[in-house]
Amino acid sequence: MTYPEGLFYSKDHEWVKLEGNRARIGITEYAQGALGDVVYAEVPSPGDEFAAGDNFGSVESVKSVSDLYIPVSGKVVEVNGELDGSPELINRDPYGKGWVAVVEMDDPGETSGLMSASDYEAFVGESD
Amino acid sequence: MDYIPNTDGDREEMFSSVGVTSADSLFSDIPDDVRLKGRLDLPEAMSELEIKKHMAKLAGSNAEAEHYTYFIGGGVYDHYIPSAVAHITGLPEFYTAYTPYQPEVSQGTLQSIFEYQTMICSLTGMDVSNASMYDGASAMAEAGIMAAKIKSKGRLLVSRSVHPEYRRVLKTYTAGIGVEITEVDIEGGTTDMDDLKLKIKDGDALIVQNPDFFGCLEDMEAISSIVHEAGGLFIVVADPISLGVLKAPGEYGADIVCGEGQALGSPMNFGGPHLGFLATREKYMRQMPGRIVGQTEDDRGNTGYVLTLQTREQHIRRNKATSNICSNQALCALAATVYLSLMGKKGIAEVGEQCLAKSHYLAKRLEKAGFGLAFDRPFFKEFVIRTDMDVSRAIEQLAEQKMIAGIDLSRFYPEFAGCMMIAVTEKRTKQEMDELAAGLEGLR
Amino acid sequence: MKPVPLIFEISKQGRTGYSLPALDVPEAEDAIPEGMRRGDSPELPEVAEVDAVSHFTNLSNLNHGLDSGFYPLGSCTMKYNPKVDEDVAGLPGFTEGHPYQPESLSQGNLRLMYEMGKFLAEISGMDAVTLQPAAGAHGEFTGMSIIRAYHESRGNKKTKVIVPDSAHGTNPATSAMCGYKVVEVKSDDRGGVDIEKLREVLDDEVAAIMLTNPNTLGLFDENIEKITEMVHEAGGLCYYDGANLNGTMGMARPGDMGFDVVHINLHKTFSTPHGGGGPGSGPVGVKKQLAGFLPVPVVDYDGEKYYFNYDLPDTIGKVRSFYGNFGIAVRAYAYILSNGPDGLKKVCENAVLNANYLMENLKDLYYLPYDRPCKHEFVISGKLQNQQNGVKTMDIAKRLLDFGIHPPTVYFPLIVDEALMIEPTETESKETLDTFIAVMRQIAEEAGHDPELVKSAPHNTPVGRMDEAKAARHPVLKYEGQR
Repeated sequence: MTYPEGLFYSKDHEWVKLEGNRARIGITEYAQGALGDVVYAEVPSPGDEFAAGDNFGSVESVKSVSDLYIPVSGKVVEVNGELDGSPELINRDPYGKGWVAVVEMDDPGETSGLMSASDYEAFVGESD
Repeated sequence: MDYIPNTDGDREEMFSSVGVTSADSLFSDIPDDVRLKGRLDLPEAMSELEIKKHMAKLAGSNAEAEHYTYFIGGGVYDHYIPSAVAHITGLPEFYTAYTPYQPEVSQGTLQSIFEYQTMICSLTGMDVSNASMYDGASAMAEAGIMAAKIKSKGRLLVSRSVHPEYRRVLKTYTAGIGVEITEVDIEGGTTDMDDLKLKIKDGDALIVQNPDFFGCLEDMEAISSIVHEAGGLFIVVADPISLGVLKAPGEYGADIVCGEGQALGSPMNFGGPHLGFLATREKYMRQMPGRIVGQTEDDRGNTGYVLTLQTREQHIRRNKATSNICSNQALCALAATVYLSLMGKKGIAEVGEQCLAKSHYLAKRLEKAGFGLAFDRPFFKEFVIRTDMDVSRAIEQLAEQKMIAGIDLSRFYPEFAGCMMIAVTEKRTKQEMDELAAGLEGLR
Repeated sequence: MKPVPLIFEISKQGRTGYSLPALDVPEAEDAIPEGMRRGDSPELPEVAEVDAVSHFTNLSNLNHGLDSGFYPLGSCTMKYNPKVDEDVAGLPGFTEGHPYQPESLSQGNLRLMYEMGKFLAEISGMDAVTLQPAAGAHGEFTGMSIIRAYHESRGNKKTKVIVPDSAHGTNPATSAMCGYKVVEVKSDDRGGVDIEKLREVLDDEVAAIMLTNPNTLGLFDENIEKITEMVHEAGGLCYYDGANLNGTMGMARPGDMGFDVVHINLHKTFSTPHGGGGPGSGPVGVKKQLAGFLPVPVVDYDGEKYYFNYDLPDTIGKVRSFYGNFGIAVRAYAYILSNGPDGLKKVCENAVLNANYLMENLKDLYYLPYDRPCKHEFVISGKLQNQQNGVKTMDIAKRLLDFGIHPPTVYFPLIVDEALMIEPTETESKETLDTFIAVMRQIAEEAGHDPELVKSAPHNTPVGRMDEAKAARHPVLKYEGQR
């Protein structure tokens, strides 16, 4: 499995796409595969503030729940309303229409602590 | 009698298959000082016939509704149960079955729960119901915790007119998780509105019972406004039998409705098993505790039913579960479903009207006998009279005439000494009620 | 098999299935204000009795009940429900009594509750028992609340509960409900609690350890005395989850292993019916230093009469209204009288023999993570079948349905991959066990040579595999009136 270049990756299997001072966040292909059919996503609300590593939501399949840990600190400015009616977007298009939230970053430098696509690929290969 | 089919011969074959010479060797990993020496100190085994005799003797030394006339309520009522109910709940495929975790062979249980959930929603006017809980008290406690989590400010207001045992259970349930509980006073048999307005704060959840413990009807519309203006959640504890006659809580803004479903097809059972129900609005569906059955399709295109939204529950969520509740009261819920199917739209209203009419007849009759109503409020099937007697003593004396007359209210509310709480269901006849009145008059 | 329509779909306006005597007193139209009255009657079915009975009877035929066949669900103890227990529990003296009726007229009920408490105390090695909790999880909550109240009364600052990684989900959920943080302790390669790991997590903030013994792997923890000793030394209490009592009843008692609080599942060990998911009953037993914390009322005897005693100043309060699931206690009481001391021991011996017999005859084909004698249940894994052709435990479970056998518990405990937890109980004959062995061996064979047959199971059931994802994504939780 290869992972899209140009994104940052966290150990908790989330991806980050930089959009200016904002970070769009979702879960990776690996994570959605491990979860199985996503049935529900618990998303934060615009205005919520988090520090990197905080539990900011969860993704549920029929038989399991995975907590989501935010890769960067910031204030939520947008959440993906489509996930309410179509949680399967996370399975079908995890890097595109399956995005979870967008945050206004407190410190853009935090991405230096995240992995590149090739680092994440190696990381995932190890955990298998 | 034991229920073990295998003989010594069968066991011999099995011992050699396993590679042991006796059952005892299978317990060799139990440390010697933990092993039980000798026999358990219990009565010697009885044959089936001896058990029946023994149990008949025990059962026979209790008053019960076939030989006594019951005017006693307080959350458990002597309602009529149509004959067909027990025949259905007695079907072995229903009562010996396990929790429907394998839906392919549990569609009977699952579909009947789906029907139950639907009927509870119809009665309460709410969007979703769970598959039932242990009883009205624990359902109310779970509703309180659910509301505290939704609002995350965690303050619960409870009216003192809510069943005292339910309030006690709520206190026990919340003791470990830091939810603050404040009681709202009563006045004249219902919630004191001034005290409520004084005490309610932004984001509180309020629990009110209707009809309340005394049988009185609260001004639910007014209370609902007060709660919602304060940005709070409105939890209603309801008597399902009353919902054939009274306005559905969903229509006056309840956010969660819960209560005791014993009146729907379960005998009084000396306190249990009973049936807790809980229903809520769609937006709180995922915060609802307990099992839930949902409709879906199988891989052949058939409609089918499954336990769903299981990620809220203990077996998946573990310490983050909405509750630790594992089982529901499936067989009691089935009884309720059968009862409501038989009674139907017309029957549930007729039962309610009979309870209303009969309780009012008795109240008037007792008033004529000099036992006035304690509270000047509309009431449904239960009411409180004032007497100048030792009520507990009076109840014992009337029991000698084969009438279980009511409840000594001072037992729960010390300020109401001399007050007797009387319940009248559709089972009571004019003659029985006249006899009670005469009995009370005779005690003067 | 024909699908059964919903009762709402066979409803027809004007049909009724009930009869009430005519009202013999005046109606009370003005008794309540119009604004409090319901406008329309609730939307409930309108069916005749014959149609209702037919509907529910047809529904029951879609179920596999214990009376229909083998139900080897691990940790559920699906033993036979004796019919005499149903008969006696249905006596009006037990069913038609009101909890608040005078005690002098409830002596039979009170005596039953009192004696039942004594029986359960004797069986579990405890000093005092409450029958109030309505289910196992409810009993856990009661027991843990007692522990919390005990620590509070001593001024002990306790924040954590230790739970093994093999524990049932109710254990951590219950701990959380009592305000405790949950600390998991790993199992060792014998399947018991890892003593060294336990030592690492024990400190003076541990309120309790929650264990079941035999554990969820069906294995008796030989270190149990050491474990309870270590926890007591650290100032904690020991809670026993009674789900697995069938594995030691009459042979060893939790009270003698060092446990302070136990809950017992009457609907497991004591044969009361499962009812499709309840009602059960989860009495709690405690050692005498905790007896003052029991929920009220307790049942006492003064030499002449039985009575309810509410005078427990340190009580945790109440966990449900009234006294518990009395009707269930009646059945279990009759069961205990039926067995007597020798019978209960025989129950355990046979349960354990049956489980070992199955284990011995399946371990060559299914992966057995812990190859040592088990108690009343054991855990195997579908790992080998999965590795071979991708046949999962879920598929094996579904294939069992085709043979009229209810699958064992699957995917639990979490520490065994692709787990199958099997508990035959003592009420199954050798023939049934042999049939189960033969079927499991056949399925293992199919998983090797015809995996698609297993993966696409079940084939012979009234309905096929349900789309659970759809049910969770777009929940439909009641009938909406459309077709």
